[in-house]
Amino acid sequence: MRTGGLSRAQARPTLVAAPLLALLLQLLARPASAAAPETTPPPSAELPAPTSFAAIDRPSDGGGAVLLTWKDPPGLPADAAIQIRRAVPPAYEWADIATVKPGVQRYEETTAKDGVVYRYEIRATAATLAGPPVVSDPVASRDNWFAANRTNSFIATALFLAILLVSIAMAKSGKNIFIRRIAGLNAIDEAIGRATEVGKKVLYIPGIQSMDEIQTIASISILSHVARVTARYGADLDVPNKDPLTFVSAREVVRSAYLAEGRPDLYREEMVNYVTYDQFAYTAAVSARMTREKPAAIFLIGYFFAESLILAETGQSTGAIQIAGQADPTQLPFFVATCDYTLIGEELYAASAYLTREPILLGSMRAQDIAKAIVILLGILGIILTSFGLVSYPNLFKTQ
Amino acid sequence: MNFEFGRVALVVLFAVLPVVGIALGFFAPALRARGPLFVAFFAGIIPILSLYIPKRFLSGEAGMRPRLDQWLIIVAGFALLLGIVNVIQNGTRKVARREKGWPYSVVLLTGLFITGGLGIWGAISGQGITSLPNGSGTPFKWIADNFFLPLQATIFALLAFFMASAAFRAFRARNTEATILLVAGILVMSGRVPLLEFLAAPFPPLQPAAAGASQALGKLTEWIMQTPNGAAQSGIIIGAALGAASMAIRLILGIEKGYLGLGGGE
Repeated sequence: MRTGGLSRAQARPTLVAAPLLALLLQLLARPASAAAPETTPPPSAELPAPTSFAAIDRPSDGGGAVLLTWKDPPGLPADAAIQIRRAVPPAYEWADIATVKPGVQRYEETTAKDGVVYRYEIRATAATLAGPPVVSDPVASRDNWFAANRTNSFIATALFLAILLVSIAMAKSGKNIFIRRIAGLNAIDEAIGRATEVGKKVLYIPGIQSMDEIQTIASISILSHVARVTARYGADLDVPNKDPLTFVSAREVVRSAYLAEGRPDLYREEMVNYVTYDQFAYTAAVSARMTREKPAAIFLIGYFFAESLILAETGQSTGAIQIAGQADPTQLPFFVATCDYTLIGEELYAASAYLTREPILLGSMRAQDIAKAIVILLGILGIILTSFGLVSYPNLFKTQ
Repeated sequence: MNFEFGRVALVVLFAVLPVVGIALGFFAPALRARGPLFVAFFAGIIPILSLYIPKRFLSGEAGMRPRLDQWLIIVAGFALLLGIVNVIQNGTRKVARREKGWPYSVVLLTGLFITGGLGIWGAISGQGITSLPNGSGTPFKWIADNFFLPLQATIFALLAFFMASAAFRAFRARNTEATILLVAGILVMSGRVPLLEFLAAPFPPLQPAAAGASQALGKLTEWIMQTPNGAAQSGIIIGAALGAASMAIRLILGIEKGYLGLGGGE
């Protein structure tokens, strides 16, 4: 019988070692199928053998796995199963790995050790019967250099990077880049100015996430600008923190801003302070601070969860100008309902470019717009193609 | 000692390189400012590479990527210590100077020292912080169960009232957009709350009609949530994702420096 894999006779190991000559003669004297230990029950002609059996290193993975594929033979009884066994040549001591139902036709063996050569054997079994085995070519698992299943993501990333670098290069060359007005960012100076006039403090809340959250990093960049303005105007700044890493970063940024503005005398260590690591304890503390001290301007910029509405509503009740910013749509409605200005989604990330007007940063915003246009075009193309029955189009964008 | 590549590379990138940078910084301050940018570059590029390169030294269980996450936890642990010191400093200063609201600081410091002390004592004595060997709870757990959790739940429960007041303000029909919001809000609430069945309950002849109307409202609610609302959310998410990707690349390349307090141009 011809199958995709090797028959057991073909799979017999080559023994060349002189001291094992006697054993070799013994092996040659025995039937070919005896090269490897047999299972119970013995092969039966009543069950056909699977075909096209192949064992390969599982592609795109970090090693430790072998992918087995085969085609089920026709005419298997209802209670049939496919038995999978493994051996390490030249020993050929077959060990059961798994038993799968017909129809699966693939198995990912994840107990393999990288660099160890294995042979796999499959056969159909049913009740007391066992069909003839089919043995794979030798295979060894390894860790791969490229995750081919993420090629689409890789292309998109490379394309976006290229657009970004070209846009930055163009911005550096002096090309004028239009940037639309963002009311929330324009209102920052106005809010701080008002706080200065009435002699009340500016409260800046950088969200409750750590510095591994990109919204927090964006928030800290905006804090840098806010601190420079408060230093310039001589307004009091208060930055309560929930996350310790954010606290350390915020403190460094505020200190640098006061130094950069030439007002280190106005900087106090307690401006940036740590409150607690608990979400609702932090919320209670900051809400109480709002109620007691009644800041004139409140910034709620960063990543917020359930506390967003509690903080924003409390701030609203104190009559402060409130500017919020968040990229996550789940909390945005609360900010829109309760704050005077809200930075929605990408506006949060555009803030540093908008506020500093540095050409390089503006260039990156242009790249962002180009990428957005490409995404919109791909979306329209998807609508058209899917409407005309090309339903596999969305698969181009699937990643694993 | 296991000198695997990923581990050695991490130590070189995030321990040796910054120390060398700081040392060089004593002679050249401009160079010292670049140190964090190098660290940010490698910290940013490693997770991206691990997404496309499944090699074990990079993405394996003991590879650079998971180790980087572990290092973040260690660094955060030290930062938390700084945070606690800051809380104690601010609290004691307020109490010593009798600043406005100083009694709150007394409560805060008392809670911090008692709870923290019991937690540390539980850890040092080997009893743990949750339950004693005889199965009963530790004093630390008692405080958590009887003070901390009820207070936490209380603050969370306030959300319901804040939601009502925010909805009242948001749903005032001042202009066309607010009116659309109001109508959509009423429809969604009606579809999510079985109000019609409740009102029709005392009148059996009206119940089938109420059930039918409720079902129709439910479908309308689903349509509003999935189609106009879903489309708007997708737009925000796509824009935000591109913004985040753009910002991430700016951070990795050292273009965006505001988060380090190095931003200029103002």
